[in-house]
Amino acid sequence: MAYFLTELREGLVISIRAIRANKMRSVLTTLGIIIGIVSVTLMATAIEGVNRAFEKSAEAFGTDVLYIQKFPWVSNDDWSTIRNRRMLEVSYAARIERQSMFAAAVAPVVATGRRVTYGDNSMEGGFISGTTSQYLATAGVSLGDGRFFTAEESNGGRPVCVVGATVVENLFPRGDPIGKTIRVSGFPYTIIGTLEKQGGIFGQFTADTRVFVPLNSFQNQFGGRRDVTIQVKVADLKQLDDAKLELEGIMRTIRGLTPGKANDFNINQQEILTQTFAPISLVIASIGLFITGLSLFVGGIGIMNIMFVSVTERTREIGIRKAIGAKRRTILMQFLSEAAVLCLLGGLIGLAIAFPLSLIVDQFLPTAMPLSVVFISIGISLVVGLISGFLPAYRAAKMDPVEALRYE
Amino acid sequence: MENIIELKNIVKTYDMGGAEQVLALQGVSVNIGKNEYVAIMGPSGSGKSTLMNIIGCLDTPTSGQYLFNGINVSEMNDNELAKIRNKEIGFVFQTFNLLARSDSLHNVELPLIYAGVPSAERRRRATETLQHVQLGDRIHHKPNELSGGQRQRVAVARALVTKPSIILADEPTGNLDSKTGEEIMMLFQELHDQGNTIILVTHEPDIAEHAHRTIRLRDGHIESDEPVTKRRTYTAAKAS
Repeated sequence: MAYFLTELREGLVISIRAIRANKMRSVLTTLGIIIGIVSVTLMATAIEGVNRAFEKSAEAFGTDVLYIQKFPWVSNDDWSTIRNRRMLEVSYAARIERQSMFAAAVAPVVATGRRVTYGDNSMEGGFISGTTSQYLATAGVSLGDGRFFTAEESNGGRPVCVVGATVVENLFPRGDPIGKTIRVSGFPYTIIGTLEKQGGIFGQFTADTRVFVPLNSFQNQFGGRRDVTIQVKVADLKQLDDAKLELEGIMRTIRGLTPGKANDFNINQQEILTQTFAPISLVIASIGLFITGLSLFVGGIGIMNIMFVSVTERTREIGIRKAIGAKRRTILMQFLSEAAVLCLLGGLIGLAIAFPLSLIVDQFLPTAMPLSVVFISIGISLVVGLISGFLPAYRAAKMDPVEALRYE
Repeated sequence: MENIIELKNIVKTYDMGGAEQVLALQGVSVNIGKNEYVAIMGPSGSGKSTLMNIIGCLDTPTSGQYLFNGINVSEMNDNELAKIRNKEIGFVFQTFNLLARSDSLHNVELPLIYAGVPSAERRRRATETLQHVQLGDRIHHKPNELSGGQRQRVAVARALVTKPSIILADEPTGNLDSKTGEEIMMLFQELHDQGNTIILVTHEPDIAEHAHRTIRLRDGHIESDEPVTKRRTYTAAKAS
């Protein structure tokens, strides 16, 4: 073991000396590895970012919340039959709440896009949601400041509202929105609470751009004939499947579906999204890493090429070392460590370049270069060095000392 | 006298592709004893390089037996041969064959590195050996900062540092002017006087006269093997 370490150290000393003796060549050779490592790490960082963004967005739907809706989130069914389904009605929510054993909270939600203003400030692309006091319990978002509206305010159709983080940013750049009265299509609503920022990539679904108002107010002012989503929070996550079956039964009764008739509604859940996204994410990751991996592969070929040159150039040196008593393994180690050091150097430089670039990626996706990527890419460059260095090193190791000494 | 080298009927043939073969050595038998000073002579093509490579364990014979200190080395594999070369043989080459990028100390340390000697001891022994060849003040010079004679001294120090059984010198003065050559030959005589076994391969009669015994090769055979009658020696007075 001690002998092996001495050999390894000697190998490293020799390789560093050889690399320093051919600075220009070494830099050009490692360029391939540098580019390879930069592209692979950035790709890995970006993929990690997309995954994190997705996870964060999916979290907003809550794992223990079922969404009873006219439309499925993901479907292969014929769109025309789905489109012709009857709309869901607000009254269902009360019946579900009465009949369901598993539901902890039930909230009907209706929504429409409206212009929201406060003084001179206005926000386009905002959504108005009408819902009941139970909404907060069924949503994956928590209250920031103030409070949500009470059952009384909800039933009485009071002109109060709770707003998302983006709404606050747009209308109250200087903060302190509580108690202010905003206008939604001209109707005044007083802000009684704000929500914490949710973020995420499903812009349409995020609560950030929403103004939540009591359902009754919504129906009075923006019309009652709208499709309703009924959000049901299940008391115990373990009973999610039972709850789903139960809700299906209740819904079929409400809709008056005779046995044998297909459901004309869908019960959606977060799992559908993650299940749909997982294989897509895997494909994107595989293709991305494969393509960027190609550049690393090209870098490896460059290393192999230059190592062959290096071995040929130093044939005589190999002869001398062998005459003096270097074993095959010693020579193999010497050239392997030279290739490994070259690649490792490339890998480290690559990381040094990729890290600031990943901070730029960070501006668009919620990510940071994961520590695992750092270690893996160092590992990869080491492995690339060992693989691409092996053939040249093997050629050097099995040289005949007599021939090598005669080499001019 | 105790034999270090026993060659019995050594044959070496080279395949030149196809059926063509070159008979470099055609049954050479020779013994070399401890503390001998032998010159191997012969014109080019006589097989003296081949013989030197076999004696130096750089190559193995096609047939025949080679006993080194009583151990059969003719059937050893690459790694075992490397070990013998490292511990038992000190090479001195015509072209010095130093590592150009390394200083004298590292060049001399090299065989000790391959022998697995710890670094402090390595450094001490290499320094001592360099002082022994009068290069104590050139320890950190690289080969291109040294004269030809100094380079060859570094090479001799490298050959000596493992305290080998034999020193094998292949035309050690071939790349040196005559004065520097004389100095190197004086160094060899000194080493011989200190008890080392020296084998000198040369085609120059002047140089061979320093040895005590001359083996002449011709066409792969030993033509003659006799003691040197008119020996050249350096007295202490002449050396200084």
